[in-house]
Amino acid sequence: MSEAVLKSASPNQAWTLPSRGIVGMTCLIIAEIAIFVIFVVAYIFYIGKSLTGPMPKDVLELPIFTTICLLSSSLTVHAAVSALQKNKQGLCSLWLAATVLLGGIFIAGTAHEWYDLIYKRGLTIRTNLFGTTFYSLVGLHATHVVVGLILLSLALFFSISGGMKEEHSEKLEVLSLYWHFVDGVWVIVFLVVYVLGR
Amino acid sequence: MFASREWCGIAAVILSAFVADPTSIFEPAGTPARSIFSLSMLVLAITAAIFLIVAGILAYVLVRYRSRPSNGQGEQEPPQIYGSNQIELSWTVIPILIVVMLFLATTRVIYTTEHAQRPANALDVIVVGHQFWWEYRYPQLGVVTANELHVPVSDKVHPLPTYLTMSSADTDHSFWVPRLAGKMDLIPNKVNTMWIDPQMKGLYLGQCAQYCGVQHAKMLIRVYADTPEEFAAWVEHQRQPAVEDSATAEGRDVFMHNACISCHTIRGTVATGRFGPDLTHVGSRQTIASASVPNTPANLREFIDNPANLKPGALMPPMHLDTHDLDAVTAYLTTLK
Amino acid sequence: MATQIPVNEVHDQMAHVPRRLWLEVLHDWVTTVDHKKIGLMYIGYALIFLVVAGFEALLMRIQLALPNNHFVSPEVFNGLFTMHGTTMVFFVGMPILFGFGNYLIPLMIGARDMAFPRLNAFSFWISAFGGLLLYFSYVGGSGLYGAGSAPDVGWFAYAPLTARVFSPGHSTDYWTLSLLLTGIGTIGTALNIVATIICMRCPGMKMSRLPLLPWIYLVMSGLAFVAIGPLTAAQIMLMLDRYVGSHFFDTQAGGSAVLWMHFFWIFGHPEVYILVLPAFAFANEIIPVFSRKAIFGYPAMVAASVGIGFISLSVWAHHMFTVGLGPGGNTFFTLATMIISVPTGIKIFNWLATLWGGKIQFTASMMFAIGFLFQFLVAGLTGIMLSVAPFDWQLGNSYFVVAHFHYVLVGAILFMIFSAFYYWYPKMTGRMLSEKLGKWHFWLFVIGFHLTFDLMHVPGLLGMPRRIYTYEADRGWMIWNLLVSSGAIIQTVATLIFVYNMVRSYFKGPIAGPDPWDAWTLEWSMPSPPPSYNFAEIPTVASRRPLWDLKHPEDPDSDYEIEQGAPRETEKEGA
Repeated sequence: MSEAVLKSASPNQAWTLPSRGIVGMTCLIIAEIAIFVIFVVAYIFYIGKSLTGPMPKDVLELPIFTTICLLSSSLTVHAAVSALQKNKQGLCSLWLAATVLLGGIFIAGTAHEWYDLIYKRGLTIRTNLFGTTFYSLVGLHATHVVVGLILLSLALFFSISGGMKEEHSEKLEVLSLYWHFVDGVWVIVFLVVYVLGR
Repeated sequence: MFASREWCGIAAVILSAFVADPTSIFEPAGTPARSIFSLSMLVLAITAAIFLIVAGILAYVLVRYRSRPSNGQGEQEPPQIYGSNQIELSWTVIPILIVVMLFLATTRVIYTTEHAQRPANALDVIVVGHQFWWEYRYPQLGVVTANELHVPVSDKVHPLPTYLTMSSADTDHSFWVPRLAGKMDLIPNKVNTMWIDPQMKGLYLGQCAQYCGVQHAKMLIRVYADTPEEFAAWVEHQRQPAVEDSATAEGRDVFMHNACISCHTIRGTVATGRFGPDLTHVGSRQTIASASVPNTPANLREFIDNPANLKPGALMPPMHLDTHDLDAVTAYLTTLK
Repeated sequence: MATQIPVNEVHDQMAHVPRRLWLEVLHDWVTTVDHKKIGLMYIGYALIFLVVAGFEALLMRIQLALPNNHFVSPEVFNGLFTMHGTTMVFFVGMPILFGFGNYLIPLMIGARDMAFPRLNAFSFWISAFGGLLLYFSYVGGSGLYGAGSAPDVGWFAYAPLTARVFSPGHSTDYWTLSLLLTGIGTIGTALNIVATIICMRCPGMKMSRLPLLPWIYLVMSGLAFVAIGPLTAAQIMLMLDRYVGSHFFDTQAGGSAVLWMHFFWIFGHPEVYILVLPAFAFANEIIPVFSRKAIFGYPAMVAASVGIGFISLSVWAHHMFTVGLGPGGNTFFTLATMIISVPTGIKIFNWLATLWGGKIQFTASMMFAIGFLFQFLVAGLTGIMLSVAPFDWQLGNSYFVVAHFHYVLVGAILFMIFSAFYYWYPKMTGRMLSEKLGKWHFWLFVIGFHLTFDLMHVPGLLGMPRRIYTYEADRGWMIWNLLVSSGAIIQTVATLIFVYNMVRSYFKGPIAGPDPWDAWTLEWSMPSPPPSYNFAEIPTVASRRPLWDLKHPEDPDSDYEIEQGAPRETEKEGA
């Protein structure tokens, strides 16, 4: 048996590694994408296979306005991160508030759409295969939006109360990465459900 | 010296000495099973060769390079070799070649089995899997039966295959009679097709091969390959409506006035239920409860009294008949030959 | 500047600490975020479930020893095979492999902990809760036809057997929910592993100098991200079907039973690679040390592992050859499955080449590793047989498949886990396991293993399907089943010897010291067991085997790094 002797780190070597937060969030996003892919595959597989009930083209309308709101919120959250990186806390709060507002409009829009579908058009998750796949896919996405809104609201609260400073900008960037993912998923859902499926 | 068919035959004889068995995959009695057998011999030969070579090298290495006690000079580490491009390339390329060869042989069998030319005189049978029994319908012949499948014997020169069109009424099942063919699943809301062509007269055994619930283990299969005359006679008999024997009229009344008729069909009577097996000719079957027990009056009586006595988990409920009615209905069913 | 880590100092420090109350010790373990303690908890948890699931197997083998046996009822048997499979995959295999990874990865890369210590603890506890939830079903659930309570739908829970109409009661829900929770834990740990390896390597440890164990855990974690999602999604769909009335797998409403199969196996096949890759990782560390040679072909090993990871995502429907995919589908999946044998073969050949020209030491750890090599070869070959779709039409869903996958799970993975225990137990506890008991454990287990799993191929060839609680006497299967069952008993005895060895050696084993095997990766530069902070000073490395370089300054690995071009052989002149 030999004794182990190791060199310790010498101070002049530059050894930089990627940020844990970004890597971790990227991994989480990959895992979430895997879940969404399966729901999208189920949706596509069951297009045209419902035995009864309302068909997509009978009841779906393109949610243009809410989509624009949600996709814009990606821009606003990006602006919030940039502002924080330049230590402009007030501006950061403003952009975060805009993000929460736009996300909130999206959720309200979705809720309105569902109310209409359930009570006026008679489409529920148990009506037919279209209902099953529609509500589960859009619902899964909406759940992720809600979680994001909760986290963004928390960030907004910290930002307004003055607790969020430039050194936290990487954490905010990690959160914004999640938000971009949520918006990216919506692009797919929109194309599959409202364009392809109708 | 021998053509490959002879080698397969020799292998089969040798193997069968060890594995003489009613459900061995090494005793093919029909074309699909036979072509799988030939392919499997090739695969076994290749994998056996790979095994002998690699395991041989492993054994050699363990003996040759084992650490021997040092001569007290201090431990010398062996030469540190980190890799070799040529060697690594060769053991990448050679396996790829083996894979290509194996893949081509396999593809051929896949297509010859699944895209086989269907002769005009092929027999059609619709197979519906149930928890825990098999329904067989012969649409061309107007025959409906359960659990015991009769098919005509086929011949290499004049093939007479039976095409099975299969689906399920409830959960997934799988039809596996190893001596005749590979298995094919019965899946609700999906139709699968396979074909068999037993080339020797006899009884072929199998069972359900996809877990379908409590009594999956007792969903047994019996395939009777009959000569053309026997088969024709069987078909003719099965097409008749149920026997009406005045001696068992009382038993018939018991049957028709109880819930039996909501699940079972007896052609020529008011019993037209489809949930359970067709009983028109149940007396002519060798087994009951999906081949899990012999068809004797005692077993029949016990099953009707409470199916859980013989097959716990079977979906037929206990009929709660008193002894007199039980004897009568058993006698009636025994006459339904 | 050189830093020495005197072993004695740690012990002296321990002598001055007053003995703590057991409640304090318990609190320490329950609230810990130290990767080593969490790793040990994963391992301990898995070992408990190994005993439980092994007992379930023993009950099944007793029932199957004779035809038409009445040892257990059909309902109980169906629950047993479901619980045995589910437990072994999710509550033995995954935790034990994550446990070793948790313990070893920071040590091997020169870090002080995992990237997210609190997430680490959370992942463990939620997975542990999942296991308890599954076993609560024995007490709290009610299954098929109200009889029996544990889930009894098979570990892959095919639809529509899992629909409310065919599985009333809550037993299926216990299956679904416990696995959903464990899946969250799996994603958390995999995330931690990736972030740790990418973001916390010590200076000088470029990816090309990363030991093969972390490399393989990186691939395995990547697979976990892509594979667990489909299972989670399918289980959400199943719960919606069962409770909200949706129709994902409801064949009466046009739904598809085959869709569940696709989703499950898109998870299920990568899952078995998630289980086997860590076994490869252990082999990559252990075989070189006991051959006294560097691993042969490090870049090929990395490439093969990554390749296996990717290809494993494309082979899933070889579990569905009998479902009626059509000749095109069957052909594609045959090809994909055969292709995966190429990188797998490369790994086996590289291990052989590592042994070649070495000085092989037959410690208990190495013996299990050699058993792994031999048995993994056989398992891989029966896998190739099964990849031939027509052969699978006969042997799919038969005992041949059961024999094949147990050959991988027990013969390869469990053997390598035993090897890892004998190798790293000294590091984790500071004591050596008894080599003598280790050899008893090995030989008894080998005999029992081969008796059971070699012979188990035969009933499959003779037409015996799987998941049957009994079989007919006229099939000729009895003698084989009887012998298979007897092997199970021998393996049980061997395992009990192992458990005894582990407990006894903890108290009475010889002191291990930091480096009992004269090994080369960073964990062996630590005291045994390492202090909670791991490294007093974070090391800097210049090659794949930093300790080899220190012990052999005249012939360091750093001279032969791959950047230099073609690897060269070297002759040793003296110690």
